[in-house]
Amino acid sequence: MTKYAFLIPLLPLLAFVLIVFFFRWKEKLSSLFAIAMIIISWVMSVMVLLETIARHGAPYEAFYQFINLPKFILEIGILVDPLTAVMLMVVTTVGACVEVYSIGYMHGDPRFSRFFAYLSLFLFSMLGLVVANNFFMIFIFWELVGLTSYLLIGFWFEKKSAADACKKAFITTRVGDLGFLVGLFMMGFYLGTFNYGGVFEKVAAGVVPAGILTLMAIFVFGGAVGKSAQFPLHVWLPDAMEGPTPVSALIHAATMVAAGVYLVARSITLYVGSTEASLVVAVIGIVTSVMAATIALVQNDIKRVLAYSTISQLGYMIMALGLYGYDTSLGHHSAGFYAGTFHLMTHAFFKGLLFLGAGSVIHAVHTNDIQDMGGLLSKTKITAYTFMIASLSISGIFPFSGFWSKDEVIASTGGHPIFMFLTLVVAFMTAFYMWRLCFLTFFGKPRDQHRFEHAHESPKVMTVPLMILAFLSIFAGWVGLPWLSNGFSSFVFHGEAYKTEASWLMMTISTIVAGSGIVVAYLMYYKKVISPERMMERFKPIYTLLYNKYYFDELYQVGVLNPVMAFGRLMWKFDAKVIDGLVNFTGWFTIVWADIQQWFDKWIIDGAVNGSGWLVRQGANVLKFIQSGSMQFYALFILTGIVLFGIFKFELVFISYRWPTLSIIFILSVVLLAGVSRMIQGGYETNENAESEE
Amino acid sequence: MLAYLSLAAILFSIGMFGVITRRNVIGIMMSLELMFNAVNINFVAFNKFIVTDSLLGQIFSAFIIVVAAAEAVVGLAIVLLLYRNWQGINSDQVNVMKW
Repeated sequence: MTKYAFLIPLLPLLAFVLIVFFFRWKEKLSSLFAIAMIIISWVMSVMVLLETIARHGAPYEAFYQFINLPKFILEIGILVDPLTAVMLMVVTTVGACVEVYSIGYMHGDPRFSRFFAYLSLFLFSMLGLVVANNFFMIFIFWELVGLTSYLLIGFWFEKKSAADACKKAFITTRVGDLGFLVGLFMMGFYLGTFNYGGVFEKVAAGVVPAGILTLMAIFVFGGAVGKSAQFPLHVWLPDAMEGPTPVSALIHAATMVAAGVYLVARSITLYVGSTEASLVVAVIGIVTSVMAATIALVQNDIKRVLAYSTISQLGYMIMALGLYGYDTSLGHHSAGFYAGTFHLMTHAFFKGLLFLGAGSVIHAVHTNDIQDMGGLLSKTKITAYTFMIASLSISGIFPFSGFWSKDEVIASTGGHPIFMFLTLVVAFMTAFYMWRLCFLTFFGKPRDQHRFEHAHESPKVMTVPLMILAFLSIFAGWVGLPWLSNGFSSFVFHGEAYKTEASWLMMTISTIVAGSGIVVAYLMYYKKVISPERMMERFKPIYTLLYNKYYFDELYQVGVLNPVMAFGRLMWKFDAKVIDGLVNFTGWFTIVWADIQQWFDKWIIDGAVNGSGWLVRQGANVLKFIQSGSMQFYALFILTGIVLFGIFKFELVFISYRWPTLSIIFILSVVLLAGVSRMIQGGYETNENAESEE
Repeated sequence: MLAYLSLAAILFSIGMFGVITRRNVIGIMMSLELMFNAVNINFVAFNKFIVTDSLLGQIFSAFIIVVAAAEAVVGLAIVLLLYRNWQGINSDQVNVMKW
C-alpha cells in the first residue's frame, strides 16, 4: 500500500476536479463524494501507517526525475517515513471529521459545493506537502495550501472583514515564503539537489560552510514562521478566523499551520548542523508562545482565543524542535524532536476538536463573543463535554493526550532554565484561558437570555465528528507513553530505540501548574471569588496592551503598510506626472506629425496622382480628334505609317531594289498626298454640318 | 521582273488611291480587289524569278483569290446592311465610332 501512497493526495484532487467541473449543482453528491474520497485516503493512510510501523520506520522513497541536468536534479516523488505516515494520518483524520462536520455547519450556504471543492483542494495540497520527497515539491504544495487557505478564509467574501483577512493572510505568509524561497535557492546553489536525503547527506558531510548553513536554515525557517504564524508574522492567524469555522479547525488549527512545524521537523538536520539557527528557532518559538498565550488571556471572541492558543502551541512545538537542534548540535541528548512532532499530532486532534466545538457553539447561539454566552451546558451537552475534554487535553491534565505531549515539550527544555520557566508559565496561562473560555461559555448564568433560549444542540453530522475527535484527544497521546519501549519516540526516529525516561517530578510539576491554571479560572469565572473586573482595573495598562494584541497590527500599519502605501502613492504620482506626460506627449506629437503627413499627402502625393490624371486627360482631349470614326481616314494613317517606315528603314535594307522601292514609296506618297488633300478639303469630316453643306 | 513588280506597284497604288479617296463603299471594295491582285502578281513574279523550284507563290495566289472572294461576300453583306441602315452606301456617312 505504501507504493500507492501517491494516491492519498490525488483522491481529494479528483474530488475537487469532479465537483468543480461536473456536479457543482448537486450539493449532496458533491459533499458525499468529497467525504468518500477523504475516507478512502484515510483508510490508505491507516494502511500506510501500519506498514511503516511493520517496517520499523524504514523510509520508503519513490520518485520520477522531472528535470535532470548535470549538476542539478529535480524530482517528483514521495517519501514515506514515520513522520510522513503520522502526518498523513493526522491530516486525513481531521480532514474527514471536518468534512463531515461541514455538512451540518455549511448547510444552506449558497456556495455549499464550492466549499467542499476548496476543502478537497486543500487536502490535496496538504497531503502532497506531507508526502513530498524534496524541498522543491514541498514548496509547490506550500504555496498551494497558501492559496487554498486564501480561498477558504475569504469564503464569505461578501463580508469586508473576511476579504481583508484573506488578503492579510496571503500577503503575510508570502513574506515568510520569500525567506523559504531564498533558502531553497541557497540549497540549489550550494547543494545542487532538493531531495531530502541528498540535502541532509551533504549537510551532514559538511559540504556547506557553517555560516551559509545557518543562513539557509534561518531562511527555510522563515517559511515556517509565515505558515505557522510565529512571531513576528503571527498577525494573520487571528484574522483568518473570519473564515468558516470548519476551515479554522482544519487549516488554521490542525494542518496548514502545522506545515511550518512539519517543515522544521523535516529539515531538522539543517538545524542540528547549526547551533545559531536552532537558537533562533527556539527563541522565536518561546517568544511566540508567551506572547500569544498572554493575548489569549483577555480576548473575548471564542475563535480568536483559540487562534492565539494555536499560535502559542505552535510556538511550543517550534521551540521544542529548536531546542532539539541546539542540544544535539552541542552533543547533548534531547527529547525535543520527538516532543515537537508528538505535540503536533495530539494538538491537531484536540485543537481541531476545540474549533469544531466552537463552531458548534456559534451555530447554536449565533455569536462569537463569549461575554454573550453562558450556561450552555444544559443546552448543548455533547458539544460542551467534548469541548471540555479538549480543554483538559490542551491544559495537560492526566491522562489526556495533551498531558503526554506537553510533558515531553516541557521535558525537552531540561537544561535551559529560562525556557523551562517560560514553558511552565505558558502552560499555566493555557490552562487558565481555556477554562476561562469553558466557564464563560458553558457555565454560570446565561448573560444573553434571548440567545440562550434559542440555543440548540447541533445535528448529528456535527456532533459525531466531535465525538471521534474527543476520543482521539483522550487516547491519541497514549502512543507516546513514556513506559512504552517502542512508542512514538522510537517510531519517529526510524525504529531506533529512543526513549525518554518517565520523569515523575516533571509530570507532577506540570500537572500542578495546569491544575492551578484551571483553579484560578474556576475561582474567577465560576465562583467569582476573584473579580475579573477588579483584576482588569488593577492591571489596566497591561490589560489594554494585551487586549490590543501588543498593538502589532497598528505597528505594522505604521511601520510597514503606511510606508508601502506612501511609496505606492509616490509611484502613482510619478506615473501620473512623468509616465502619463510622456504618453500624452507621444500622443500629441503623433497627432501633429499625422497632420503634417496629411498635408503632404493631400498636396504632394494627391497632387502628383491628380496631376498625372489631368495630364492624360488633356492629352486625350487633344488626341481624340484623330478618332474620326471614318475607316478611310484610318487607312490613310496606316499608309502614312508605311510610307514613313519605308523611307527611314527599307531604303537601307532593300539596297538592290532601290529603284522599285523608291518608286513604290514615291507612288504611295503621291497617294498619301491625294488622301491628305481630300482630308483637308473636308472630305472625311462628314458630320451633319458637312453633309448639309454639300 | 522589274516590269512585273512595276505593274504590281502601279496596280497597288491605284488600289490604294481608290481605297483612300473613293466615297462609294462598292468602289472601295473594287479598289481593294485591285490591291489584292497587285499582291498576287508580286507573289507569282517572285515565284517565277527567285524561287523557281517551288510553286508556293502560285498556290498562295490561288488561296488569296479564294479568300478575297469570301471577303468580298462578307464585305458586300456589310454594304447591304449599310444601305439598310443609312439609306446609302457613302463611306463618309459611317462615322458612328467618332468620338
